[in-house]
Amino acid sequence: MSTVQTAAEPTDLDASLLKADYPILARKVHGNRVVYLDSAASSQKPDPVLDAMRSFARTSYANVHRGVYTIAEEATAAYESARRATARFIGAPDPREVIFTRNATEAINLIAHSWGRTNLGPGDAVVATEMEHHANIVPWQMLAAERGCELRFIAIDSQGRLDLGDLDTLLDGAKLLTVTAESNVLGTINDVGALAAAAHAAGALCLVDACQSVPHMPVDVTELGADFIAFSAHKMLGPTGIGVLWGRTELLDAMPPFLGGGEMIADVRLDGFTVNELPWKFEAGTMPIIEAVGLEAAIDVLEGIGMARVRAHEVRLNRHALGTLNDRFGDKIRIWGPPDAEERGGIASFSFDDIHPHDISQVLDEHGVCVRAGHHCAKPLMRCLGIGATARASWYVYNDEADIDALADALAATAEFFTV
Amino acid sequence: MAGLEDLYKEVILDHYRNPRCRGELSVPPATMAEGFNPLCGDEVTVYCEVADGRLDKVRVAGQGCSISLSSASMMAETIEGRSLEEVHDVIVMFTTLMSVHEASLGDASGLDADGLPADEADGRVDERALGDLVALRGVLRYPRRIKCATLGWTTLTRALAEAVAGE
Repeated sequence: MSTVQTAAEPTDLDASLLKADYPILARKVHGNRVVYLDSAASSQKPDPVLDAMRSFARTSYANVHRGVYTIAEEATAAYESARRATARFIGAPDPREVIFTRNATEAINLIAHSWGRTNLGPGDAVVATEMEHHANIVPWQMLAAERGCELRFIAIDSQGRLDLGDLDTLLDGAKLLTVTAESNVLGTINDVGALAAAAHAAGALCLVDACQSVPHMPVDVTELGADFIAFSAHKMLGPTGIGVLWGRTELLDAMPPFLGGGEMIADVRLDGFTVNELPWKFEAGTMPIIEAVGLEAAIDVLEGIGMARVRAHEVRLNRHALGTLNDRFGDKIRIWGPPDAEERGGIASFSFDDIHPHDISQVLDEHGVCVRAGHHCAKPLMRCLGIGATARASWYVYNDEADIDALADALAATAEFFTV
Repeated sequence: MAGLEDLYKEVILDHYRNPRCRGELSVPPATMAEGFNPLCGDEVTVYCEVADGRLDKVRVAGQGCSISLSSASMMAETIEGRSLEEVHDVIVMFTTLMSVHEASLGDASGLDADGLPADEADGRVDERALGDLVALRGVLRYPRRIKCATLGWTTLTRALAEAVAGE
């Protein structure tokens, strides 16, 4: 594992030191070095994460909270250690507020299903935004159809920021504001702290989709002031199959369980059941145990780097990307979202030279450059922007300026290929 | 970029840059259908005007990638003015071409040495009848793009069904 020191005042992150921990980045595709620029969809997993999972599975694996034998105790300790690490990582006051789920989508569905069905009915409103991922729209549409509550949306302005002019009106009578911390398409970072405060002032709770923030910048839920946050391990150097819901204790305590089954119960009789206490009340069935170990290892890697440095590194790459792509391609490229590197996460969705994003992505692949093409699970946002699809490059700790330059070179080749 | 040129053959790029039968028809007398590719947000609208068992006019509107636009353009050029029976045959041939060994495309084991489908279905595909459309066989190497190539066709099928029902 690379040796990088934690620093209060972040020093530059040298991604070249990290690359060795990601064997996939040494791969070649079509004879070219892999330039992985799709971390907003899913991040790569470093050796320390893979090693921790393998080592745990080889020596200490058993089901958790079940057996009293030594190995079962070790497995339970490892699983609960991951919960404490997660709580520490996001500044949660109590590890019991950290609920493991399959992913962020399931975490949001859990809130909609459990809190939403209990608390929302005709005359109530949920406020979301036009820049939400489908995972933070569809569960609320399903709930609105079932419960007869209303769904409202905060609009975006021409630069891809939330238009907060009508916020008070939208929040009037709302019981929940659900908002992404950072758009997975535009890269726009929202001031979720201020939005949570506005929601509370209007008597509403605030759920934050933190999929693009927790992996990329310091997040402290106590400071944030939100009531629930959701994120996925696979976007933060961890494995697929495990996500996190954090919620305030009194809210989680008052909510009915989501899935029924083993572990979520304290007692079951033929005529009924009593629920387990937090957090297990929401963790029915055998959970992703090996993946929880991987999540803790991923948190260790990120804490080893320091989240302030992760953020500073991505802002540095933002500056390089915005500068390079705009200088080199001028009017041929349109990078969506706010123009300032500081206002963005490490995401650049762009339209390029009237070439369809699928075609861009196909040619970039020939150069080893991996970018996403499509609507990025945000079709309402694409409609607001008046486009069908974009190509999206996104970067993380293991990317550097050379990767952005490789993207720019491959884009130049793409333009050449499709020009008559 | 040898691999790319197999996918983006010159005739495909030509249809992409200069799409044929582009436009709209008034409905009625024409019929129309809209098709969507949820993967990439592509949208295509196909208009058909049928008279006396013949597909008199076809027009294609919408937005998409080079593969979906060129496939729809070649489709329209190939079928316009043909009898409904001939149109049906072309649709079946093209659909067969695009669906051969779909299940095994993931590991490319259904492809011969040239990377083209080695399949008895080839025997049912009359390459002369398909004309330029044969160029789209390169798409089979890129399973994710097959839906791009077939979007115009599935949309045409629906527009035609409506036209035939109204005949």
